[in-house]
Amino acid sequence: MACQGLQPNETLATLKMESETLKTKLEEERAKLHDVELHQVAERVEALGQFVMKTRRTLKGHGNKVLCMDWCKDKRRIVSSSQDGKVIVWDAFTTNKEHAVTMPCTWVMACAYAPSGCAVACGGLDNKCSVYPLSLDKNENLAAKKKSVAMHTNYLSACSFTNSDMQILTSSGDGTCALWDVESGQLLQSFHGHSADVLCLDLAPSETGNTFVSGGCDKKANVWDMRSGQCIQSFETHESDINSVRYYPSGDAFASGSDDATCRLYDLRADREVAIYSKESIIFGASSVDFSLSGRLLFGGYNDYTINVWDVLKGTRVSILFGHENRVSTLRVSPDGTAFCSGSWDHTLRIWA
Amino acid sequence: MSSSSNLITMRKIVQQLRFEAKINRVKVSQAAADLQQFCLENAQQDPLVTGMSSNPFKPPRVCSFL
Repeated sequence: MACQGLQPNETLATLKMESETLKTKLEEERAKLHDVELHQVAERVEALGQFVMKTRRTLKGHGNKVLCMDWCKDKRRIVSSSQDGKVIVWDAFTTNKEHAVTMPCTWVMACAYAPSGCAVACGGLDNKCSVYPLSLDKNENLAAKKKSVAMHTNYLSACSFTNSDMQILTSSGDGTCALWDVESGQLLQSFHGHSADVLCLDLAPSETGNTFVSGGCDKKANVWDMRSGQCIQSFETHESDINSVRYYPSGDAFASGSDDATCRLYDLRADREVAIYSKESIIFGASSVDFSLSGRLLFGGYNDYTINVWDVLKGTRVSILFGHENRVSTLRVSPDGTAFCSGSWDHTLRIWA
Repeated sequence: MSSSSNLITMRKIVQQLRFEAKINRVKVSQAAADLQQFCLENAQQDPLVTGMSSNPFKPPRVCSFL
């Protein structure tokens, strides 16, 4: 967005005043439409039954904290990354390890599966995002085929392929997000607007167009237009770092998990927060959130080792899952919604259903 | 020099706010109703909500003669 020449009457003082006026106006416009709460609208909805969700598989093999994981579109393979620099591809049905790569850095905070299932991307303290094509030959040295794609000036916090294997979206401790061409490593678009580390991102479901949401240490969640690089909406109601953001399956809303111990739901068309998922007894940060297929359930992994399951419409907690022996750091629902996987600082991943 | 960069930063902030102020918004009652409708329409296809037993991760139930 080019910065036009300053108008003769624009000084720092007049701009500051206009900025305050606009911020107040924004709050007023949002408040005008706040005619009801989501849980009030959902009063007539039938309550969910008792949930019996258990650990169905435990994936053991990482030598240190699991920091990130992602599902393959085939609904059974999983890639996970760890503090010790290892990236492992698992078959979640059998719990077998299919591939393992050792990264040249520790704290591999981000990993993602390519839509084709033929490659994985990862990165962390090396400030880069690298793509490894997965070979059918188990003996092949994957590290030899590594392709460096993204370069940031601080740690890589999250990465995601777009609709194809050709482009990757990244977020970084340097306060920016960026879109890269995998083949050439070229920077296609950069996204500036956060005033501190960006910790997470999520792409809108493909039907809803080219946008993505990011969350950061500045307590803001920003929605971006991928083509223009413009920030189209911004939400600042959390009281601490936003560790995780995830779109609602319809694309009209997104959830966030934060160090302020709450998860929140923001509706994009109402342009405001519409629900808070919290309890007085929950005092530890939420590190990772994801929706079930219909959007009715929100799963949150927390730093107190538990997973809380929330009724998105009614705002109540329907279940609390115990099992991990340290912080839950990452959580994703499988592509067909039959299970979800959680990764933890206790070195394991668990599949729940 | 720093005052001119402050000015540029402030201008960007004001431009961004002007942009955000212009967007069309719907009432929460409407937005909430749509979110709810989506949930209910898709509930039956949501394995974690329906608790379907033919889940590849759950052990299959076995019938046995007593």
